[in-house]
Amino acid sequence: MATDVQVQTGTEVHHEEDNSLWSWITTVDHKRIGKLYLVSAFLFFLFGGIEALLVRAQLTVPNAGFLSAQTYNELFTMHATTMIFLGVMPLSAAFFNFLIPLQIGARDVVFPRLNAFSYWVFLFGAIFIQLPFVLNLVPGLFDAPVVPDGGWFGYANQTSAKFSVGLSIDFWMIGLQIIGLASLAASFNFITTILNLRAPGMSLFRVPVFTWMAMVVNFLLAMSLPMITIGLVLLMFDRNYGTNFYSPERGGDPLLWQHLFWLFGHPEVYILILPAMGIVSEVLPTVSKKPLFGAPFVIFSGILIGFIGFGVWSHHMFTVGLGPVADAAFSITTMIIAVPTAVKIFNWLATMWGGRIVFNTAALFSISFVGLFTIGGLSGVMHASPPVDLQHQDSYFVVAHFHYVLFGGAIFGLFSGIYFYWPKMFGVMLDERMGKASWLIMFIGMNLTFFPMHFLGAQGMPRRYYTYDPGLNWELWNLVATIGAFILALGVLITTIAMIRGLLGQGEKAPADPWDGATLEWSLPTPVPHFNFQTVPTVHSDRPFWDEKHEGGPPVSQGKINEDPHKHVEMPPPSFWPIIAAFCVGMTITGFMLGGGGGEFNGGNFLNQVIFQGVFAIALLVSLLMWIKEDPTPR
Amino acid sequence: MSATAEHHHGITTTDAESHHYAALGVEHLKLAFWIFLGSDCFFFGSLIGMYMSYRGKSLVGPYPLDVFDVNITSISTFILLMSSFTMVLAVLGAKTGRRGMCLTFLLVTAACGASFVGFQIYEFNHFFHEGLTLQGNLFGSSFYTLTGFHGTHVAIGVLWLLLQAVWYTQGWIRGDEGLMVEVTGLYWHFVDIVWIVIFTIIYLLEYT
Ligand code: HEM
Ligand SMILES: [Cu+2]
Repeated sequence: MATDVQVQTGTEVHHEEDNSLWSWITTVDHKRIGKLYLVSAFLFFLFGGIEALLVRAQLTVPNAGFLSAQTYNELFTMHATTMIFLGVMPLSAAFFNFLIPLQIGARDVVFPRLNAFSYWVFLFGAIFIQLPFVLNLVPGLFDAPVVPDGGWFGYANQTSAKFSVGLSIDFWMIGLQIIGLASLAASFNFITTILNLRAPGMSLFRVPVFTWMAMVVNFLLAMSLPMITIGLVLLMFDRNYGTNFYSPERGGDPLLWQHLFWLFGHPEVYILILPAMGIVSEVLPTVSKKPLFGAPFVIFSGILIGFIGFGVWSHHMFTVGLGPVADAAFSITTMIIAVPTAVKIFNWLATMWGGRIVFNTAALFSISFVGLFTIGGLSGVMHASPPVDLQHQDSYFVVAHFHYVLFGGAIFGLFSGIYFYWPKMFGVMLDERMGKASWLIMFIGMNLTFFPMHFLGAQGMPRRYYTYDPGLNWELWNLVATIGAFILALGVLITTIAMIRGLLGQGEKAPADPWDGATLEWSLPTPVPHFNFQTVPTVHSDRPFWDEKHEGGPPVSQGKINEDPHKHVEMPPPSFWPIIAAFCVGMTITGFMLGGGGGEFNGGNFLNQVIFQGVFAIALLVSLLMWIKEDPTPR
Repeated sequence: MSATAEHHHGITTTDAESHHYAALGVEHLKLAFWIFLGSDCFFFGSLIGMYMSYRGKSLVGPYPLDVFDVNITSISTFILLMSSFTMVLAVLGAKTGRRGMCLTFLLVTAACGASFVGFQIYEFNHFFHEGLTLQGNLFGSSFYTLTGFHGTHVAIGVLWLLLQAVWYTQGWIRGDEGLMVEVTGLYWHFVDIVWIVIFTIIYLLEYT
């Protein structure tokens, strides 16, 4: 069993952590799980970035022969899949894990072992979905492509067994189901944590904005992931057992996939952006030394976005021809959803207005977030109009739109969070000079890469074509975009180096409250002790720590205790059942890989699948029983 | 291991220190489970939406009325509904500390669930021999997928009820034993209610 040695002298708590591999594998500590998410997600983010660079390299000049059409398809598919599901979502999860309990004054999430389970399922699924790249290296192992190549939205019936022979789509559809399960389990955990573990006095409107956005996101996950999962299950049945859900020749309808996908897909874009908005809503007030302007509006507009987000999905389907009534309705809802989004932008601007802004790296990323996100929002409203969208759809204009919201938005927000919360997470400051250089280069690179895509799109360049002919007037902006992409990569590299140095413990030791923060997490010592709060704090306002420091408010802490906190605070012990159960779940779902019949039912394969799944399902059951028996809750 | 005296404020063990402290006033497990059920609604909702949009779109038979025997399905539906009643009694037993009662009704509920699954297997088998297959037409695909998904829920519920009975007698559950039984009950009622919806749209609608 891992042990933490706590030595308390005066106000400082020296924390000698057990850093063995075993202690990380069995950890149920939300802070450690947050770090695991952060590191793994960042690695996948880099991986996705390399894929993007390869795609851009191919498009630098007309008729380039750098990549084959097949490889190109694989790379853009895996780029998007990786960035969305293995990059931005788990980076957000890293902050959920680390911050939610600290911001609400809790010792951990409600179900710490379930939390560990979520991480391991995520990791299993992430590795699973990247596995084809490794398999691809073995020559002659497969005669058909194994790397997913159907686009991140995998439109039916392109993905049918008839048109996508081989295992590529299988890896994609089964990997996504595994990853979805991880997010689902995590969402139940986080919502319950936020609702139930708030410290005394923390009414819902005293919950920090980041945690609020986290709650909205987790509700979105809980409600939208089921729909794509069903979509994927139906696809799996079509491919494995010869059902007819998406095959028009047998009465099925490929549009069903589009509906199920975008019913998930649009909430998903808010799943990607709201955590970043939450971070920005923490960073901007702090660096402006002002409270967040109209915080309730920011919270309410977040909730509203969450609701309306379920009613706009068909704006991805204007070109389908759903008819004027449907098109008009979805056009209107799409324009409406821009309103709460704009509200937030004005709130951030008003927060900064008149503030004495400290321009540190976190601030720079957050401030540029506001500008870049606005550009992406504006192009979004443009293709909210069906006739306009008929021109934009599947062109580089849309690519420009979603990279402004996703890179300029989500990634810039998350990077801001990395610089802002790193000191609390890892106990050292990230190098500010490297940070600022990284920000400047990323800012330039990002605009050079994605702004020209507006022009390319307007000039008719379609997305997802592996090459183009000369003489279409696309040469210049493609060249610029590729140069921009490599500049952008340099910027990311600098932050990566800064983070590696930080992980190695190099750099200035972080004070407990480096930015003069307002919320509970900054009241804790750094590194944060295993149990977070020696005594559960009592909260008297929405900026409790600020009030204590600057407004003569009551102290958030109930005081220190006079003995080894371990005797007083009972923390859940480490457990290895989460990783075992996660492995069994992952393998059970993986079993579907065996049942494939190339679009027909194949009894022999099905039997293999059932046997394989049966074995792991039983193992899963056993591990769950052990899990329940081990329950550390006191009687 | 020593703290200076200035920092000693004594140990204030507030309610919030307790593992059972819940700011919302609903137990953790129950709250999380409600959210899970909300999420599960979207699973069923997607499948039901799929079924409805494909209703009557099969290019070839057999069609619903060629195979349905609503009498038999009504019986199994009735059994499932009654098991909600016995589940309530099991929860009541657990809440009032009548262990024998709880145990008995857990087992009765499990038996009802198992017979529902039995009926479903019978029905699937019967339909299959009437020519309705998973692959044959759209109705077969959507019917087996939707009812199969629900049947899997029931089967998991039966397993859960049986395990619940075991660990209830073995005293594995820490904390509030009644809560665990109650959550089992929530799941069971949910699966029941969903069946009413499914039964209505798949079967009853055909006879209108
Ligand atoms: C002001 C708010 C927004 C509006 C009005 C809006 C509108 C739209 C519309 C109408 C499309 C469909 C374009 C087409 O395919 O023809 C679209 C695509 C897209 N949007 Fe947005 N959007 C907004 C914000 C966001 C945000 C915040 C994100 C993500 C963080 C996002 C990510 C995407 C993505 C990824 C696509 C393309 C999906 C694909 O085709 O692969 N959007 N947006
Ligand atoms: Cu959308």
